[in-house]
Parts: sequence; structure tokens; C-alpha cells
Amino acid sequence: MLSQLLACIKKEILLLIRDIGGLVILFIMPLILVITVTKIQKSTYDSFAEASIPVLFIDHDQDSISAIVKKHISHSGNLKIVTELNGKKLTEDELKTEVFKGKYQVGIVIPAKLSKDLNYKINQNVEKILNEFAFDSTQVKYNQQVNPKTIKLYFDPATSLAFKENVSNVLDKLITDTENKSIYKAFQQEMGSNDLGFQNEKFIHFQEIVPEDSKSVLKPNVTQHNVPAWTLFAIFFIVVPLSINIVKEKSLGTHIRLLTSPMPYSVQIIGKTITYLIISLLQFTMILCVAKLVFPLIDLPGFKTDGILFSIYGLTIFASLAAIGLGLLIGAIAKTQEQSAPFGATLVVILAAIGGVWIPVFAMSDFMQHFAKISPMNWALDGYYSLILRNQSFLQIVPNIILLTLFYIITLFAAIYYDKFRRED
Amino acid sequence: MIEIEKLYKKYKNSDVFALEDFSLTIKQNEIHGLLGPNGAGKTTLMSILSGLIKPTSGNVVIQNLNQKTDLKKIQKIIGIVPQEYALYPTLTARENLEFFGKIYKVPSKELHEKIQLLTEKVGMSKFLDKKIDSFSGGMKRRINLLAGILHQPEILFLDEPTVGVDIQSKIALLDYLQELHQQGMSIVYTSHHMAEAEDFCTQVTIMNQGKSIVTAEPKELIKQVNAYNLEEAFVNLTKLS
Repeated sequence: MLSQLLACIKKEILLLIRDIGGLVILFIMPLILVITVTKIQKSTYDSFAEASIPVLFIDHDQDSISAIVKKHISHSGNLKIVTELNGKKLTEDELKTEVFKGKYQVGIVIPAKLSKDLNYKINQNVEKILNEFAFDSTQVKYNQQVNPKTIKLYFDPATSLAFKENVSNVLDKLITDTENKSIYKAFQQEMGSNDLGFQNEKFIHFQEIVPEDSKSVLKPNVTQHNVPAWTLFAIFFIVVPLSINIVKEKSLGTHIRLLTSPMPYSVQIIGKTITYLIISLLQFTMILCVAKLVFPLIDLPGFKTDGILFSIYGLTIFASLAAIGLGLLIGAIAKTQEQSAPFGATLVVILAAIGGVWIPVFAMSDFMQHFAKISPMNWALDGYYSLILRNQSFLQIVPNIILLTLFYIITLFAAIYYDKFRRED
Repeated sequence: MIEIEKLYKKYKNSDVFALEDFSLTIKQNEIHGLLGPNGAGKTTLMSILSGLIKPTSGNVVIQNLNQKTDLKKIQKIIGIVPQEYALYPTLTARENLEFFGKIYKVPSKELHEKIQLLTEKVGMSKFLDKKIDSFSGGMKRRINLLAGILHQPEILFLDEPTVGVDIQSKIALLDYLQELHQQGMSIVYTSHHMAEAEDFCTQVTIMNQGKSIVTAEPKELIKQVNAYNLEEAFVNLTKLS
């Protein structure tokens, strides 16, 4: 049995070595993919952080609030105020046209009398409160009706949702802070004192706590996120050459020779599984080496595997088994290479999409989050993130490993059963 | 040697039987031709005999081994030469033959000697290290045949072994098969070429629509139906049935 198994492995390796297209899919494309995606994401973050995005700004207020907004934008480092176009003062129509054409990402229009009316409204409210406490109920200074104000935000329709949210949130926070300060100030004025001892400094601060191990603080970065995700994507792409390999055996007739030989069918399957498992581990090792050694040379953070190397290799074995099972099943079902190659590739892309390789699962709708749970890529990716980013142990990802193993077993038996069924059909 | 008893085969999506009440005895050291038009059931019968598919009902005994219980033992003593070039095109002839020899557990040393010897016999030793996809149809057929006999089977099943080959390769193949037969190998063979079967087979079975019409020696059969040759006999018999 061992000599038969070794012969099968040797044959599979020879077939792969002689298939240049297959080798490119298995080894070159994943490398290009991981480097390109990581580099693009890194440069996107960098450019957002470093570049100065021009913001069209119309100030009808010309008072304290617009001054604060202007000051904050000017000091933000990555936003730049633009108030004139071609030497002329910007109008709202021009602002709207320029932004909607996509020449500018964002435009802000501060309404007239914003500061004045806001202060008036605050003073009115403070006066009302103090009158309730009957400090001085005879004097009503702020009795005029003040309408709510709107700060208009124009966004390029092609701008990402995240950017829109970010700008809106920053402005909202600025206005809230200014409003708070004005309230304190109004109280001080109404109570006839210049200093009631109000402290305007922030009382609540935010601190991001990241998972730590005994040796180091694990800071998630673009490499730690991208390498496992895209390596997994590459591993699952072995579905394509593996299914083509099986379809070819059927169309060439070698399948008949193998099935009518005394060699158990299980030996053939184990032979293919071992070969493609070796290929997956080679892919993984290659990408890992590039991520550790080459990434720092091209201005990307190096991939850190301190203390988790064996665990991530362990998980890779089971992720690869799931991919192999899927390849065996597609190979059994497909009748031609024209069916297996595009179907396999599309299925992997779908599994990657619903598995969270491109968009995090938590950002998906509830409906899609349920779907994500059935993607083996999601089980594997979650396992990688648990090991790499959440500082969890191998034991904690055992449920993921069980799911991946079950997926391999189910797809394997489905492939064997289907092949038998089809022959008798 | 091969006892086929009341064999029926109906595919799941078919309304008709591919084989129906098919019984046949193939004796030791025969070259037995299974002849019939397309859809006669030849390939289905070969697939059942080699254990590739199961019959719907009926029984097959090969060398006193029942196929239902001793399939793996039977597969050790039979050799299959499928109609397709059942070889890996990107592997060399040697790599293909080594692989197919190893799955029959032929010891390495013996296998290497056999590959050399057999390829010399069929005039292919010079091309052993060339890839199959660089071969002509005739060369592929010869390697295809060798892949089925490396383990010295007692019975060889050949499905249309001379389809698509030039006359020289055909003669070389049939001569070599005769030699194997003289060494004691029994051969079960399907073909559309009646002239080839007439010369090559010691016994023929004419099949039509999944049934056996007649089994006889080619010359005797021609005489029986008062035909000029096997082709005429075949046409007359299949027309009648």
C-alpha cells in the first residue's frame, strides 16, 4: 500500500510540476495578490493620514463657531480649507458643482448667524432654568424665537461611507464641545460671576487596549490583517488545479485504469490529499517568508509570528484539508475542465466574500452574517485572527479546526459517493 | 475461465436495458471478440467484467472467483486497455509505465526490466523518456497496451485497441497481442473492424441491443450463416435480430 501511495504522490507532483499554468496559480498569483493588496491598503491608510485633502468651505457665520471649525480643520493635518476658486470667493452653487463633479471630496457650508443664534438659544435655556429656581424670575432677556440651524455637508458621491461618517462625526463633536463650553459660559454670565470654577478640560478619555502576551504588545496592522486573509484565499485556490486534475483523469481514461486496478480508491484520494497538502504548506511558507522578510524592504510592516508559528501551521493544515475536500468534490461533479475551472474559481471568490476576506463579517448585514458562518474560509480566518490578533492559544481554536475537518470529511465522502453514483448512472 | 450468467444492466436514467439476459462462457486461452454495433452493450459488458460498474442483476465468475465477493482478487489477475489513451500526456512513457506498474505492486527492479523489454518489443524503447503528448496515435496505443500488461495479467480486456492507428502500428499491436496469447494470456476484445476480428479472434460473440446473438469461431460462424466473410455474417445477424 505504501509503494502505491508513494507512486500516487510522485505522479501528482510530476503532473503539477509540468503544469506551468497551475504553478503560476498556486505560487506566483498568491504572492502578487498578498503583496499588492497589502501595499494598496497600506498606501490608502498612509495617503489618508499624510495627504492634505482640500475641503471647500463657505463661512456665512464669520464668528466663533466657524472660527473653531476652521481652526480644527486647519490643524487636523490631513484636511485643508479652500474658500476661493480662481481667486474669487466661493459660492454655494460653485461648491455644490465642484463636489458633485468629484473635483473635491467634501464641501462645508456654515450658515449665517450660527454662533450668535446658538449662543442666544443657550442663554435662553440657561435663563429659563435659572428662572425655574427663582434666582431672578422678573427679568426675561431672551424671549425671541430662534430657529434651528443646519450646517450643510456636500460629499462627492464616490466618496467612501467611512470618510463621510468620519467628517460628520468630527463636525458633530466639534459643535457639541463648543455648545458645552457656551453653556458653562452662559451659566457664569447669568450668575454674575466670571469664574465659578467650571473645568472645561475633558473628563472622559479613550484608551485602546490591545491583546498582550507576556513578551510584547500585539498591535494589529495591515500585514497582520492581510497576510492570513489572502493566504487563505490562495490556499483555497488549489480547488482549481485539483478539480482540473480530477476532471482530466476522467476524460483521459486514466480514471478507468485506476478504478479497475487492485489499488484501493482511498489510496488515490490520500495521494492527492497529501500532495495538495504539501503544496498548500509550501504556499503558506512562501507567503510567510515574503511577509516576514520582504515586506519590511518594501515599506510594509513585517509579519510577526512570535510564539504562534506552530499553531498557525497547525491551522493551515486543516484549512488546506477543507480546500482539498472542496476540490475533490468539484472534480467529481464537473464533467469538463470548462465546468470545473470557472465554477471552482467563482465558488472560492464567493466563499472568500461571505467568509470575511474582503469585508469584515461584523460589517455585513444580519442575513449575510448567517451565511458567513457556513463558509470554511470564515472558520479558518477567524482561527487565524484568534491566533495572530487576539492572542489566543491553539486550544481555543479547536472548534474552528473541528469544523474544517468535518468539512473535509463531508466533501470527501460526497465526492466518492457522487463519483460512484455517476458511473452507475 | 469467465462465466457470465443472466446478466442485466439498466442505467438509472435509461428505459432500456444496456444488457439483457446476457450469458456467456469464455474459455481459457481464447482471444474472444465481442462484436456489435454502437449501443450493443460491448463497453458496458467490459465495464462490468473489469469491476468498473455493477450489474443490475446476474453473476460473473472469473477464474473461479466471484466478482461480487472477490473483486480485488480479480482485479489483480486482469489487465485493462481502455479505448481512450488512458495515459498522462505530460508524463513521459517511462513515468506512465512506472506509475501503472507500481499500482499493481510490481517490484521496482522487475518493473524497470519489464519496461525496457516490453518497449523494445513494440519498438518504443527509444521514446521512453519522451512525453506522451509528443507521440502519434499509434505510439500512444502501444504504450496504452503496455500499461495494461506490466503486471502480467491472466486475462486482458481490450476495448477497441486499434482505433485511430496507422496500419503499421496496427500490425505491430496485433502481432504482439498474438505473442501474448501464445504465452498463455486470454484476451477479451471489442472491435468494429470485422476483418481484423476475423483474423485475430479464436472465438467471437455477436451482440445487439444488449443481447448475445451467437457465439462461435469466426470461420464456423461465416459458414453457419452462409456469408462471404465475418462482416457479412455480422450484418446479416444484427439485421435479423
